[in-house]
Amino acid sequence: MFAVKKLSVLFLAASLVLSLGSLAWGQGVLKVATEAGFMPFEYVDAATGELMGFDMDLIRAIGQVLGLEVQIDNIAWDGLIPALLNGNYDALIAGITITPERQAAVDFSEPYFESVLTVVVKDGAEVAGLDDLAGKIAAVQINTTGDFAASDLQDAGELKGVSRYDTVSDAMQAVLIGAADVVIIDLPVAKAYLDANPQAPLHHVGPVADNEFYGIAVNKNNKALLEQINAALQQLKDSGTYEEIFQKWFGAN
Amino acid sequence: MRRICAPVAGKENRILGFRWDLVWGSLPTLLQGAKLTVQLTSIAVFFGIILGTITGMARLSKTPLRYAAASYIDIIRGTPLLVQTFLIFYGLPSLISRPIPAYTAAVLALSINSGAYVGEIVRSGIQSIDKGQWEAAASLGLSGSQTMGLIILPQAFRRILPPLGNEFIALLKDSSLVSVIALEELVRKGQIIIGRTFRPFEVWLAVAIIYFVMTFVVSRLVNVVEKRVTAA
Repeated sequence: MFAVKKLSVLFLAASLVLSLGSLAWGQGVLKVATEAGFMPFEYVDAATGELMGFDMDLIRAIGQVLGLEVQIDNIAWDGLIPALLNGNYDALIAGITITPERQAAVDFSEPYFESVLTVVVKDGAEVAGLDDLAGKIAAVQINTTGDFAASDLQDAGELKGVSRYDTVSDAMQAVLIGAADVVIIDLPVAKAYLDANPQAPLHHVGPVADNEFYGIAVNKNNKALLEQINAALQQLKDSGTYEEIFQKWFGAN
Repeated sequence: MRRICAPVAGKENRILGFRWDLVWGSLPTLLQGAKLTVQLTSIAVFFGIILGTITGMARLSKTPLRYAAASYIDIIRGTPLLVQTFLIFYGLPSLISRPIPAYTAAVLALSINSGAYVGEIVRSGIQSIDKGQWEAAASLGLSGSQTMGLIILPQAFRRILPPLGNEFIALLKDSSLVSVIALEELVRKGQIIIGRTFRPFEVWLAVAIIYFVMTFVVSRLVNVVEKRVTAA
């Protein structure tokens, strides 16, 4: 019992340190984390090393509305929600689909983007959608909605296996080298990848599932920030700034 | 597995929300991953010993093979296992124009990596045996390879057991790196659970406990073998 008591003192000290670290938002800085392997939403510009993309422009615009300096860190996809829960960041923007599972852990802003999954296959492969994957191996980015969809298909026996990679480009590469048959991935990201790699003998099959919505994630105990982000989003939509950013990344649509 | 995510009522919140139930709850899935970790490590240890023994002896030979052995050791020890894994999984298929299953790529990477370290261990083991042993064996009329096989290697084996044990424990832990090529060993299983529960502390603690149990067993086994061979 004594050990447990000691342990809880340690936890208390640790959580104090963490909560002190997370006060940045109150001091004019919005600490944001993303995973910049998700073009066109977030990626590192090869020439300048800058974080670019729809999400990046949007969160910077939100910072401007709120009068906050936006600091964005590029971290592993897998570590995003844990790092938010730890108090290392105030918010996450990384093309994160709002799911009930994630909502159990964090709060999401109003949806800011409507997306959908697609299947990327090698040219010449006879796959038109999620119904044609029996006996196939799907490559996905770990813990994405593509991973969840593939896992469900595998559980239902409609997919032979799921290979989970850290990044989108690793998953695409797996199909190119023949280690997997298809990639299940968000359609805008598939499009951007195929545009950026025109020599890759791959194509996507269009929308294959229900629409999903991206949200900005905030800690559950930070309702004030959530309200501010939602208000800023609304203001950006009213002022036409959102539309400008959207047009910049997705053209006439 | 996604059912783990269901929020559980606050009864378990004993130490500031730490959920022991999640530690226990994730064990079955994690143990599946641990099985793969043990499998990969065992196979790599097997090939690593063969490769390492050949390399260690080649390095000490007077033939040009010693240059090949030295380059192999330098290149492998001089590059990260992570990079070697990527090179084999993503690079090799384009050279041989056929896909390499992730499992094969992992076994290759781990074995080749381990072989280089074991090679150095074997070399130092052989060199640690007194030169007089070679002379004595020669005066008894034993050939070079007979001396190596019957006199030197058995003695060297006793001396290199502790560093070999270290190497295998290191390999067991380093095998976590092959998670990057989608092999669901212990670390990857942990990541998958965290992606569905968002409880990194509990899950990583469970992962750490399993690694510790595995390495503890290996180090005790090495101790037992060490005692046996010194007693013999």
